[in-house]
Amino acid sequence: MENKINKVLILGSGALKIGEAGEFDYSGSQALKALKEEKIHSVLINPNIATVQTSKEIADEIYFLPITPFFVEQVIQKEQPDGILLSFGGQTALNCGMELFENGILEKYNVQVLGTPIEAIRTTEDRQEFADLLRGIKIKTPESYSCESIDEALIAAEKIGFPVITRAAFTLGGQGSGFCNNPNELSELAQTAFSFSNQILVEKSLKGWKEVEYEVVRDKYDNCITVCNMENFDPLGIHTGESIVVAPSQTLSNTEYHKLREISIKIIRRVGVVGECNVQFALDPRSEDYRVIEVNARLSRSSALASKATGYPLAFVAAKLGLGYGLHELKNSVTKTTSAFFEPALDYVTCKIPRWDLGKFNGVNKQLGSSMKSVGEIMSIGRSFEEAIQKGLRMIGQGMHGFTANKELSIDNIEQELSEPTDMRIFAIAHALKQGFATQKIHELTGIDLWFLEKLKNILNIENQLLTTKGLDDLDDNLLITAKKAGFSDFQLARSVIKSSDESIDNDLLTVREYRKKRGIIPFVKQIDTLAAEYPAQTNYLYLTYHGIEGDIEYEQDGKSVIVLGSGAYRIGSSVEFDWGSVNALNTVNKMGYRSIMINYNPETVSTDYDICDRLYFDELSLERVLDIIDLETPKGIIVSVGGQIPNTLAMRLHGLNVNILGTSPESIDNAEDRHKFSSMLDKLGINQPRWRELSSMNDIFHFVDTVGFPVLIRPSYVLSGAAMNVVSNKEELEHFLKLAAKISKKHPVVVSEFIQQAKEIEFDAVADKGEIIAYAISEHIEFAGVHSGDATLVFPPQKVYFETLRRIKRISKQIAKELNISGPFNMQFLARDNFVKVIECNLRASRSFPFVSKILDQNFIEMATRIMLGEKVEKPNKSIFDVEHIGVKASQFSFSRLTKADPVLGVDMASTGEVGCIGDEYYETILKAMMSVGYRIPSKGVLLSTGDIKSKVELLNSCRLMKARGLQLYATPGSASFLESHGIECISVHWPDEDKKPNSLDLLQKSMIDFVVNIPKNLDSSELNNDYIIRRRAIDLNIPIITNARLASAYITAFCTVEKKDIQIKSWNEYIKE
Amino acid sequence: MVKTGKLILEDGTEMLGKVFGYEGSIAGEVVFNTAMTGYPESLTDPSYAGQILIATYPLIGNYGVPNKDSKNSMLTHYESDKIQINGFIVSDYSHEYSHWNAEKSLDQWMIDNKIPGLYDIDTRALTKIIREKGAMLGKIIIDNQDVPLFDPNKENIVNKVSINEKQVYGNGKYRIMLIDCGVKNNIIRHFLKRDTTIIRVPWDYDFSEEEYDGLFISNGPGDPKRCDITIKNLALAFENSEPIFGICLGNQLMSLASGADTYKLKYGHRSHNQPVLEVNTNRAYITSQNHGFAVDNNSLSDEWNPLFINLNDDTNEGFQHKSKPFFSTQFHPEASSGPTDTEFLFDKFLDMIKVSKQENE
Repeated sequence: MENKINKVLILGSGALKIGEAGEFDYSGSQALKALKEEKIHSVLINPNIATVQTSKEIADEIYFLPITPFFVEQVIQKEQPDGILLSFGGQTALNCGMELFENGILEKYNVQVLGTPIEAIRTTEDRQEFADLLRGIKIKTPESYSCESIDEALIAAEKIGFPVITRAAFTLGGQGSGFCNNPNELSELAQTAFSFSNQILVEKSLKGWKEVEYEVVRDKYDNCITVCNMENFDPLGIHTGESIVVAPSQTLSNTEYHKLREISIKIIRRVGVVGECNVQFALDPRSEDYRVIEVNARLSRSSALASKATGYPLAFVAAKLGLGYGLHELKNSVTKTTSAFFEPALDYVTCKIPRWDLGKFNGVNKQLGSSMKSVGEIMSIGRSFEEAIQKGLRMIGQGMHGFTANKELSIDNIEQELSEPTDMRIFAIAHALKQGFATQKIHELTGIDLWFLEKLKNILNIENQLLTTKGLDDLDDNLLITAKKAGFSDFQLARSVIKSSDESIDNDLLTVREYRKKRGIIPFVKQIDTLAAEYPAQTNYLYLTYHGIEGDIEYEQDGKSVIVLGSGAYRIGSSVEFDWGSVNALNTVNKMGYRSIMINYNPETVSTDYDICDRLYFDELSLERVLDIIDLETPKGIIVSVGGQIPNTLAMRLHGLNVNILGTSPESIDNAEDRHKFSSMLDKLGINQPRWRELSSMNDIFHFVDTVGFPVLIRPSYVLSGAAMNVVSNKEELEHFLKLAAKISKKHPVVVSEFIQQAKEIEFDAVADKGEIIAYAISEHIEFAGVHSGDATLVFPPQKVYFETLRRIKRISKQIAKELNISGPFNMQFLARDNFVKVIECNLRASRSFPFVSKILDQNFIEMATRIMLGEKVEKPNKSIFDVEHIGVKASQFSFSRLTKADPVLGVDMASTGEVGCIGDEYYETILKAMMSVGYRIPSKGVLLSTGDIKSKVELLNSCRLMKARGLQLYATPGSASFLESHGIECISVHWPDEDKKPNSLDLLQKSMIDFVVNIPKNLDSSELNNDYIIRRRAIDLNIPIITNARLASAYITAFCTVEKKDIQIKSWNEYIKE
Repeated sequence: MVKTGKLILEDGTEMLGKVFGYEGSIAGEVVFNTAMTGYPESLTDPSYAGQILIATYPLIGNYGVPNKDSKNSMLTHYESDKIQINGFIVSDYSHEYSHWNAEKSLDQWMIDNKIPGLYDIDTRALTKIIREKGAMLGKIIIDNQDVPLFDPNKENIVNKVSINEKQVYGNGKYRIMLIDCGVKNNIIRHFLKRDTTIIRVPWDYDFSEEEYDGLFISNGPGDPKRCDITIKNLALAFENSEPIFGICLGNQLMSLASGADTYKLKYGHRSHNQPVLEVNTNRAYITSQNHGFAVDNNSLSDEWNPLFINLNDDTNEGFQHKSKPFFSTQFHPEASSGPTDTEFLFDKFLDMIKVSKQENE
């Protein structure tokens, strides 16, 4: 090791956002594990409090601070680390590190960059410099020329050869871009493009080429390996984060595979990476021609996927290499006997499928393209492509049962859907095949390799055979085995063989299960061992397959194992917090002397690291698969309450099949989940709730609204388009929403609830034992009720709630815990206004805020809950929320900039993709930390205000005075301006976007005169709606911080006007909790 | 209806599979390869002669088999003129293939070459049996037509894969005498890229009277000790000073000629991911391998040093003479199939030849 390294600083990636998500919790955690093994003191900066890496067992000192040069410098000054790791926190950490380097801060404090040198990273980040470097070693990149006239463009295109793609420089959203097949098309397009910009780029079109990636590792001795290659199902043109990806590649010959491998190694050597790097290629589907498209000289989403796909712990190894090891000096952590210098040989195929949540966003463009929109992903493992893809399509959890046997889709123009894909891409292919499209035709429309399409078609061929059977008695064993090998679930079999109705299928799938078990048709458990069985594996990284005659594992069947069900794909509403829950439950299970068993299939998680538990089943969280595993494991019991909603919904069905659910009884879970049962329980206990009805006709709805009054919250059970839930404030809106968005009938009723305005929303997180609350945390939302709790800003302990309210909440919670006889984690949400408290929700599982409150209180709620579920008596902690001397603020991260056209306004449906949690001594200091951590920059120029209705106008008056006093220029749209003026606050009135008058709000945004926008939606008046939308969207597109909630805006403004950045305390988590 | 076939191992293990390729029973030594690509190359690799090959990677046949283009009277996309293995065992045979360069399916190609195959076999379970018990004999039985077991190591199988008479390739500056014990085309291709003339001779050819600048001993199948004539010829060549390079079986033959010993590995190395370390350095390489026998490091005489060792099991991966320009590798620097990291060894050999030629002139 060069210069003795005793203390290392590592930068995390902050809140989860589209394009930078859970994979960096995994990579950071692995790097920290490597540091721990070397007995190096670790310092972590990451405001994402819900992550596993921000745990005491993992990092020595943790700072919940924004990952910006300003804060990182202060931590460096305080901690004086010897080295810094920049490659484990995504682009966020890398960018911050590069700035620190360029500002001379790393040099000033003598901090050594471990791993890949900064100069090398910088080369890969600069497109031109990188292209030159590759050309220098005779490696091809896409040919491209910048042109300033149509003639120049034509000459360039001749040089490159058609087809070409043109891009107008300096424009947003791809204006003036497009494909041109000949000079005529180019002249036409160039003409349009030059009206946007005086420069266009003419580039070789690689549309339709295969997209292939390699994960490459290099040590300081120049030893290199490629750990994995991956092939995109979709050809170039669709972002790799948006494509189904298989590992290893399936359609590449040996020469292609090794040609690209060799180039990857040449590149990593030339760049000088020490650690890990990802190389993306375009490969001509008609020759061995290729282009290098991109190189990431850091751990990435792909490297996390490659780690899970192969069992090779890339991040761990990369960290060790950064500390000076050679690859040959490290051991393979699966076999523990062979070398880490090797390339995994897989004896299975993996499939990554993205998870989108586009339905949650109003107005969003659903087309897939070169930018990423997905919020999570899954990885499925099988011994045939059919098996893996069908598993995977179930895992994404969007109501699909595989490639087929799904609800019929209605697609208007199937050719268009195939050539201009949306998030329904793969199901459109199923639809087309069923319509009789030839695979060749689909290949022409999609560019997807015929091999994949033939495999998909094979699934339908098998289904067709199944459909001809007249029930299970008529089903040939060979066909049944063939179907199971092709990934058919018992559900799919019930639908195609028994022809089950929607009502009977839940039972029928169990009939299929019993039948096939009787016939001895069961799946086998195989190990992922990195060497395709060449050497024995010492770890239990497992999956199930029907392609086998024996399993790799011998079972003890001694009832000493505990299964924990994980969270599945990250999605809006369920992400890293449930991975933290799962990991902590596993740790506790281990501590208590049981064998810990994990089931999960999310490659972006720590819970799917095979060294975190005794056995990891990287497989489905379906009833069928969980039962398969239970049959083999015969565990003591199963924990369903730490992984979010997916495990929770399985509780009742598993219970019905005599599976021992640990903790709260599934009947109680059902009593809390079922709206009717829960409601009558509250009535019985005399606990208030907002009035609600389940109604199935417009008349009934109007009638009910007459009694409760507007506004009301509408939750249709069948959504046609747009948001599933909405708050409406008058009859017109109600009619408009119901007509446009929902179907109402006896079968599809609508839940209408009274909506209480100006009410505080309060979260109650707790752990109980046999109905008695052992530990609890109460936090308040800054926003009034109406903003989804996952989007709201949380303050804990509550600072602005009446003591009386808190007392009432505690009393109600006690009653409910007792009534439901809760043993384990639970969460409740309350509305409070003037000390009147109403219950709005109760979940008998860990909630999103569990890691946040656990870390602020320094009481691990999951550990306590797990101990209780395993029957141990847990003492009540002697510290309550009233003894906490610091404050925690949890703020939400939005990814609207990635979601073209989506309206960034918040409502009752959740829209945030991540969160941070910061700790401080003072209220506003903590708010400022948290807001800066989710990317808010303190304004120094001008603020554009549209302050909404009268209540929010009043709410914001004082904030506006503060900003004015701070010297910020205030601009306001007409109504807001006159309100401010009339209260003696000077501001410049600006016109709405659709008015052809100056000064216009849009101009100001465009001319960078505004660096903060407050835009509070007022009502649903269409012209104002549209104008507001345009301002909000433009702010997002121009990357100008925007707040759309008056309460949050006022809190944030007060924070940055009363607390100076330099006065923010730089204190570690340890320092706060030890006070 | 797809035909069912049976794989029977000498330990009595039986597995049922579905038949693809040629419908006829066959016997051989059952070995596994963990490579994830390269079945057209592996199947035509003469080192596999007499063996029934298991692919541990389950999806096989995806990209069909390539065309029959040839250059320098060698097939461009294959390692020899025909399929060399006796049988092929896979898990999930891909009936449909897709590749721009594909001419036919793997199935059809195997039919053309009269090579049977079984799919729908639990290749992982099978591999584990071989890992635990060692490589063993076995047979593929189709239509209940039994055949006797066959051990390729008990006969001189090199004789079957080596050419019958001398053949010359290229017209380069440096003359290389290539002893063909079952040479892969890619070795010749690599030499031809480097300004050489290749004189390819049978395994038992007496080259002592021939003029050459460098001597090369190729890869090949079976037990090296069966190639007694080659070993004798090599021992004589060691007395001269022309550079010598051996690959795979060549490595084993050179060791035997130098007085060292070889032994049979439990189940061999057949994969694209074998890590080797250059002895006394920190340089490691990923190599392509295909061998069942190995050189005993401890038996090397004083005149020789180990050059490479396997990082997984410390077995010999090559050795070199302490003073003369003689070296060999157990792995395949020519790759095909497999990683290309050690191609530089061909340059190393050519550099030796250049130096030696200068000295002689």
